[in-house]
Amino acid sequence: MSHVASTASIPAVQTERLAKRFARTWALQGVSLTIGTGESVCLLGPNGSGKTTLLRVLATATRPTSGQARVFGHESIDDGDAVRRRIGLLSHRTFLYGELTALENLRFAAVMYGLELDHRQLEAALADVGLDYAADHRVRGFSQGMTQRLALARATLHAPPLLLLDEPYSALDAAGLQLLDQFLIRYVGGGGTVIVVTHQVERGLAACERAIALKAGRLVFDGRSDAFRSSPEAAGVGDWTR
Amino acid sequence: MANTRLVDRVGTASGTLAILLLAVGLYLGLAVAPPDFQMGDVYRIFYIHLPSWFGVALAYLTSFVASILYLFKRQPRFDQWALAGAEVGVVFNITGLITGSLWGRPTWGVYWTWDPRLTTTAIMLVTFAGYLVLRGFLEDPEARARVSALVAIVGFFNVPIVYYSVKWWRTLHQQPSSPNTVDASMVTPLRVMGFAFLCLCTYLMCRRYALAEAESAAEREDLQMGVANG
Amino acid sequence: MTELRRIWIVVWKDALTERRTKAAFNAMAFFAGLVLLIFAFAIGPDIPVSGPAGQGLLEYIAPGLLWVAILLTGVLALGRSFQVEMENGALEGLRLYPGDRRAIGAGKIIANVLTLVAMEALVVPIAGILYSIDLWSKLPALAGVFLLATLGFAAVGTFYAALTANLRAREVMLPLLLFPVMVPVVLAAVKATFLVLNGDLMGELSAWVRLLVVFDAVFVTVCTLAFGFVLEE
Repeated sequence: MSHVASTASIPAVQTERLAKRFARTWALQGVSLTIGTGESVCLLGPNGSGKTTLLRVLATATRPTSGQARVFGHESIDDGDAVRRRIGLLSHRTFLYGELTALENLRFAAVMYGLELDHRQLEAALADVGLDYAADHRVRGFSQGMTQRLALARATLHAPPLLLLDEPYSALDAAGLQLLDQFLIRYVGGGGTVIVVTHQVERGLAACERAIALKAGRLVFDGRSDAFRSSPEAAGVGDWTR
Repeated sequence: MANTRLVDRVGTASGTLAILLLAVGLYLGLAVAPPDFQMGDVYRIFYIHLPSWFGVALAYLTSFVASILYLFKRQPRFDQWALAGAEVGVVFNITGLITGSLWGRPTWGVYWTWDPRLTTTAIMLVTFAGYLVLRGFLEDPEARARVSALVAIVGFFNVPIVYYSVKWWRTLHQQPSSPNTVDASMVTPLRVMGFAFLCLCTYLMCRRYALAEAESAAEREDLQMGVANG
Repeated sequence: MTELRRIWIVVWKDALTERRTKAAFNAMAFFAGLVLLIFAFAIGPDIPVSGPAGQGLLEYIAPGLLWVAILLTGVLALGRSFQVEMENGALEGLRLYPGDRRAIGAGKIIANVLTLVAMEALVVPIAGILYSIDLWSKLPALAGVFLLATLGFAAVGTFYAALTANLRAREVMLPLLLFPVMVPVVLAAVKATFLVLNGDLMGELSAWVRLLVVFDAVFVTVCTLAFGFVLEE
């Protein structure tokens, strides 16, 4: 099932009445939305609202209980492989190996993504996130900020058209935050689509044009970021302090 | 819902048939068939021991096939059948081992022999008991169904291999041989009991399946209520 | 071709990680040696028995004891091979890469074969010393048997280790699920080891080797193919 690369008409993300149950609770209930290519979206909501779950369904990290999710037209269950090729996930779990160096971690990721990258290209990827000085250091000794940056490098190594970020702001230091902001600007500018899950509302709204808010697994707001500030749903959605 | 009713009907029919056949079989086995030349009446437990393996085979086979179907179709009812097969199979398995032990003692003087068939069934019991224990640790229904399906499938593949390895293992030693030729007078009651156990197994699996289905539905309703109230 | 590279990189990663955390491997090898020692104390070196070459009891049953020690230690190694994936959620990371997940399974199995063989390379000589077995003259045949048995062990062990990696009671569930499936391997490996060490008067060795080959063929295939299902969430 392959799609021609005229991605302009195919939305980056499309979900239809997506629902996900975990043992005793429904994390998502009947979520339907469409996100176009090149959009930057922040996904907001209080704890337990289902925003991380939604991200994970899109990343194919978990199967929906009912409903459908499509990424660039590929269905997340039947066509999972095609979806995984097109997404990069940055989550609080770094997916890195502590005993390996930064470079070795990227080398592993590159081969797993099916890429043929040489030493220089891997080092360039490290330089992009400001970690070229730590190429031969084991990740075990990294600070949280460094780990997060390496995780970002890992998630974007294969230049995925859709980037999914789960609470990226929480572990970064000031320099890292600046790096991330610039990274996202370049990324969206280059035609990439971004979905950022965050409870730091101001930051999210500043970084993204569009805001989607969830509450108890249901969609409660879907519109422009500036419109969100004045909407009734804005209250209780998260942390309004910077 | 139509499916449920079919299952219930099959269950009731096989349950009724099982009672009839058990009555006939036990009468033939316990009252009509002559006492064994060497052992007297003690041997009669064989009429329960041997036929129970039919039930074990049917139950575990059901679990195996249902597990494969679940992995490819992902419909909860296949998981429910797999569970029903495993549980009923374990019950029959334990019965078979206990009756085998009770039969073995007066026959050969030991409670346990390393006979290939008996040993294989002991391994099967551990395998499927492990299946049931494992399910207890998985709360998420989809993960539980998928993981236990994998365990049932690999465990089942192991059965013939275990059988042949134990068989080779034992052929070089003197061992009490189980009767391969059965006296003519025993054949009929054994056959009747065999069918009786197949029917009993079917009946139990149908009921267990229905129970599993109801449990699953209750769980889902719980969630709806929880969500509606919460 | 990409899939072969992926298999290789998984083996590479595990081998590198293992080499850098020597402490865990050393502890395992030590444990195996300890098990062998305890057996010697439990059974006693001086009980005579009419073994084919006039061996004592301990020497006679040494193949069985050796394989039990390998089995118990191997379970630890197999469990660990997925525990390293649990920190930083690397297991989920593996799930999210594109490409054939069976390559990951194959890579893990190979990596586990290497770890187990490395452990056996230490443990078997220890058994040789403790139980007075002459290993050196039979080394090639012995190595063959051990490799075949270890391959089967690694295949099913990796499979179950992956399945139980997330569970609360994984230390109990892994052996509980694994040991019944290991019965044919243990039977065949112990028998074959005994025959290699003590002579094969009736030519039974080939039957046991064949059993190991069949087991390996079936379970390496089944466990690798099923790995796609294993790695799902």
